[in-house]
Amino acid sequence: MSYISFLSEHGSRFIDGALITGVQFFCSLALAAVIAHVFGLVMLSSNTVVKSFAIAYVEFFRGTSLLVQLFWLFYVLPLFGITLNNFLTGFLAVGLNLGAYGAELVRGAILSVPRGQWEASYALSLSPAKRMRRIIIPQAIATMLPAWGNLAIELLKSTALVGLIAVPDLMFQARELNNSTYLSTWTFGTALIIYYVSARFLITPCMRRLEKIMARRMGRA
Amino acid sequence: MEDLTSYPLELTGPDIPMVRFLNVRKSYGELIVLDNLNLDISPNEMVTIIGPSGSGKTTVLRMLMTLETIGGGVIYVDGKPLTHMPKNGALVPADARYLRKARSSIGMCFQHFNLFPHMTALQNCMEGPVQVLGLSGREARERAEELLMMVGMIDKKDQHPSRLSGGQQQRVAIARALAMRPKVMLFDEVTSALDPEVIGEVTNVIRDLTTRHSLTMLMVTHQMGFARDISDRVCFFFGGKIEEQDSPDELFSNPKSKRTQQFLSAVKAAD
Repeated sequence: MSYISFLSEHGSRFIDGALITGVQFFCSLALAAVIAHVFGLVMLSSNTVVKSFAIAYVEFFRGTSLLVQLFWLFYVLPLFGITLNNFLTGFLAVGLNLGAYGAELVRGAILSVPRGQWEASYALSLSPAKRMRRIIIPQAIATMLPAWGNLAIELLKSTALVGLIAVPDLMFQARELNNSTYLSTWTFGTALIIYYVSARFLITPCMRRLEKIMARRMGRA
Repeated sequence: MEDLTSYPLELTGPDIPMVRFLNVRKSYGELIVLDNLNLDISPNEMVTIIGPSGSGKTTVLRMLMTLETIGGGVIYVDGKPLTHMPKNGALVPADARYLRKARSSIGMCFQHFNLFPHMTALQNCMEGPVQVLGLSGREARERAEELLMMVGMIDKKDQHPSRLSGGQQQRVAIARALAMRPKVMLFDEVTSALDPEVIGEVTNVIRDLTTRHSLTMLMVTHQMGFARDISDRVCFFFGGKIEEQDSPDELFSNPKSKRTQQFLSAVKAAD
């Protein structure tokens, strides 16, 4: 069997898997972005209670394995009466995990906004919420975008784990095909190429474009 | 904790100063930055603070802008307490909400301009009026354009700060502060970060403000000639205190304190 006939026979399964991986990617990226901003900001709060909670969250999700977190959500939560379907569990685990890394990015980027910017917005009497929303965060986003590009690629690769809880993503389909055809080189090789092409030719150009847009907004383009 | 009962809840009488520092103190740990400062600035007066570095001159401005907390004493602006607020018939340290409202009558220009890099010159000048004063976009734009015209920056209104020279950025920063219609303007070494050839364009704007507008101004500068030209009064700070204050002609031509004489001759030698 040639690789072409392998693809024509099983290509649709790769496409189905890649689509599920894509949906998992966007759902977990959206979750990670929201969590990163909320917890990144809370980590800078002067309220010790909420700050400690945010730090504990980041420490826990960064400090333990994503695979263990995934299994915990899928196998342990039902013991406490909480059952989530496998698709939801998949992107929750990836989003929560990568969100913890993102929270550190947000925190660092906010702290890197020069003190003069805080003082100027203070001197204009902007309220703390407006100061953050209109002055500090737009500048912080420009600073953290390149790092978010890395995180997005990391996130795409992390979604490969959700196949282990039977989400029919790209990696799940590749494993199933391998089990039925034993064509390991072609099945995993194809999966490898799809992951690489998605990261290199979809995510990276999108992030570069976003960086350019932000640079233009900062008057640097 | 300081007993604040001896401080008036607000200033009354015929000649209320626009700004009053009353027994103001500031220290960082052991280091005393301001030692019992008492200073009145009359409405529409231009006061310049000069002095060696570390003498506390910038701290005076930063405390008046409420960027620094005050160690003791009370600052009044337009007769009302700035750093404190009345509560149950006595003064207590102001909370964030009171401070935000109280400092809206003060504008400040910084040494490093601190324009918002993600906004154009025009947007920089509209931000405060729209977001804080609640002006409509149209009103804020008209006000901003008028001020940019005044500082000679109207043709660059759609440029981002990164496209402007230091002098141009500082002029936009002055327009941005004025757009809030402050009663008191603070200039913190606004020419120190500028190339010598563009200092004039900024000093001309400030000179114009003193002659054509009724504003109370407090300025920290190293430009002695400029201070002499435009100030109504010059204060020489040394070791956290006002060592000497007088009209510019008197202070520069006939300084009485030995420290002032030493400082002025050192500055002259450096020029």
